[in-house]
Amino acid sequence: MTDRLDAGTVSVVGRLRSRLEGPNTIGNSTTFWVGFAVAVAALAAYPLATDPYTVIQSSRYLALSFLALSLCFIWGYAGVLSFGQVAFFGVAAYAFGVIGINLSSATGVVVATVGAVIAGTLSAALLGYFMFYGGVRDTYVTIMTLVVALVLNTFMAQTAGSEWAVGEAQLGGFNGMTGVPSLTLGLGESGLVLEGTGFYYALLFTLLATYLGLRVLLNSSFGMTMVAVREDEARTATFGYNVPFVKLVVFTIGGALAAVGGVFYASWGNYIDPSVFGIAFAALPVVWVSVGGRESLLGAIGATLAIERMRTGLSSGIGPIGSEWALVIVGGLLLGVILYLPAGAVPTLDGLADELRARRTERSQSTTAAEESPE
Amino acid sequence: MSTPQDINVRQKPAVAATGGGTSTILATKQLTKNFGGLTAVDGVDFSVAEGEIRCLIGPNGAGKSTLLELITGQLAPSDGAIYFDGEDLTGLDTHKRIDTGISVKFQSPHVYENLTVEENLRVPLQRTDRDVDRVLAETLDRTALSEKAETGASELSHGEKQRLEIGMAVTLDPKLMLLDEPVAGMSVDETDDVADLIRSLHDDGMTFVVVEHDMEFVRRISERVTVLNQGEIFRQGPIEEIEADEDVRRIYLGENA
Repeated sequence: MTDRLDAGTVSVVGRLRSRLEGPNTIGNSTTFWVGFAVAVAALAAYPLATDPYTVIQSSRYLALSFLALSLCFIWGYAGVLSFGQVAFFGVAAYAFGVIGINLSSATGVVVATVGAVIAGTLSAALLGYFMFYGGVRDTYVTIMTLVVALVLNTFMAQTAGSEWAVGEAQLGGFNGMTGVPSLTLGLGESGLVLEGTGFYYALLFTLLATYLGLRVLLNSSFGMTMVAVREDEARTATFGYNVPFVKLVVFTIGGALAAVGGVFYASWGNYIDPSVFGIAFAALPVVWVSVGGRESLLGAIGATLAIERMRTGLSSGIGPIGSEWALVIVGGLLLGVILYLPAGAVPTLDGLADELRARRTERSQSTTAAEESPE
Repeated sequence: MSTPQDINVRQKPAVAATGGGTSTILATKQLTKNFGGLTAVDGVDFSVAEGEIRCLIGPNGAGKSTLLELITGQLAPSDGAIYFDGEDLTGLDTHKRIDTGISVKFQSPHVYENLTVEENLRVPLQRTDRDVDRVLAETLDRTALSEKAETGASELSHGEKQRLEIGMAVTLDPKLMLLDEPVAGMSVDETDDVADLIRSLHDDGMTFVVVEHDMEFVRRISERVTVLNQGEIFRQGPIEEIEADEDVRRIYLGENA
């Protein structure tokens, strides 16, 4: 096919591919990119093939994928296991609500979107600064991030009274904040309000751009530095790397990704409550990423879509008891993956595919050798 | 026994390299490290001239590795100071010390097990402003790992890992190279290769501090040797004198071994 393209296009495609591909990401073959294009096309065509309710549900899974990407990025590639990515997700969600409710116009929502992402990112930078420059490492990072999320959970749950308001926005305590605006594009009083299918496409586009951007970042020299830090912090410092700074940058980017998810999530339901900081929700990203594979961005997204689809299916299929069962299944899935597929689904499959390919090349080589030998 | 006899000690005063006219590149001044009640390094004045290959020997627990870790900043000293190339390193973080022109290979191989040989070399190399592809090829060649460039580091033999690790340290093109037991567990041929590598880098002007037990190897690369014992400089001088010294033999074979 490439024969028919002119040399200019080929070199642009080649340059683009060389930035997207590398040892730090799974899927560097033409076959992969064809499959990827098909999958994106299928996701883009999905709203045409299904009912509006399912589209809205699917938007929720896509919004949560940002949370999965954020953990996959920091845990899978820099070895920083945060149990509290939901904190930055939630901070951004609340910030979006507070700003958006107070500035009720199209411009206001755009300001709220930017402000909320900044709020989530800055809170990650602040926590990261104290942790990494304070020498907090390994499991203690996990514990500390979880504690931060739980403290926010407790705090937000007691903001029920009317005194807990920021301007027009009532924080709402345990019952949450209502009236969060929908995502809007445009300036002035009114703009293009993204709801239903429009919201779905906005999410899909942002997710696609984020995924490709992360691939470029991971295959750059910074990605190599992240992996070096993950593999051996002390050794990496002896090559002149400022390890706390690298981890701070990574953690801040992770916070930004979670914050983007939080904005989408709050505008999806026009609602946000303290359960986003709770332990049940905090555990979900860890499950998605473990199941999909820590070192696979697509694995993390895929596992999020699949697990969340399953959870929704169970609770709507067999009633309230279904959501209880869903938790049992999610827990079982985590245990099963840790015991039998410690690398996660996608890296394991990728390893199997590599092995098959190697065996096939070996066999074809031995047959060629056998054919040639009689001559 | 712990009083150093001065006969063989031709120790230069540990002046800070800030003073002009001296070729001292590394100097520690009354450097001390306590671990609880144990003093691993005890008031050491250790100095190395620019372009020198200095070997550090001594029985187990003499403080050799601790001294290297103090120089790189893996450990913070309890007392004393470290000067390198005119700078006081004492309070600096490890990564800043590396930037002044120091590189290190630790005792046990610390390669990135899950990366390939080439990726291992890229990690230190990508920080420098050197021509990555050229230095990469050159280093693979120098460490005789060209054919294993795509191999995962975990699949390397012990000797290959040691060579890779030296190669990684070399890519930074340091002024001072600290090597902790570079030939431990290596075959005779591999040891020869490492000796050749060190000599050729030395010819290019690199200064070395090498911790080593293999006296055969020490003799091949070094003229001056420092003997550490119980955290103090016990002897210092030309290799022949050190090898002939009765007391050095006694601490190696005797009750401290």
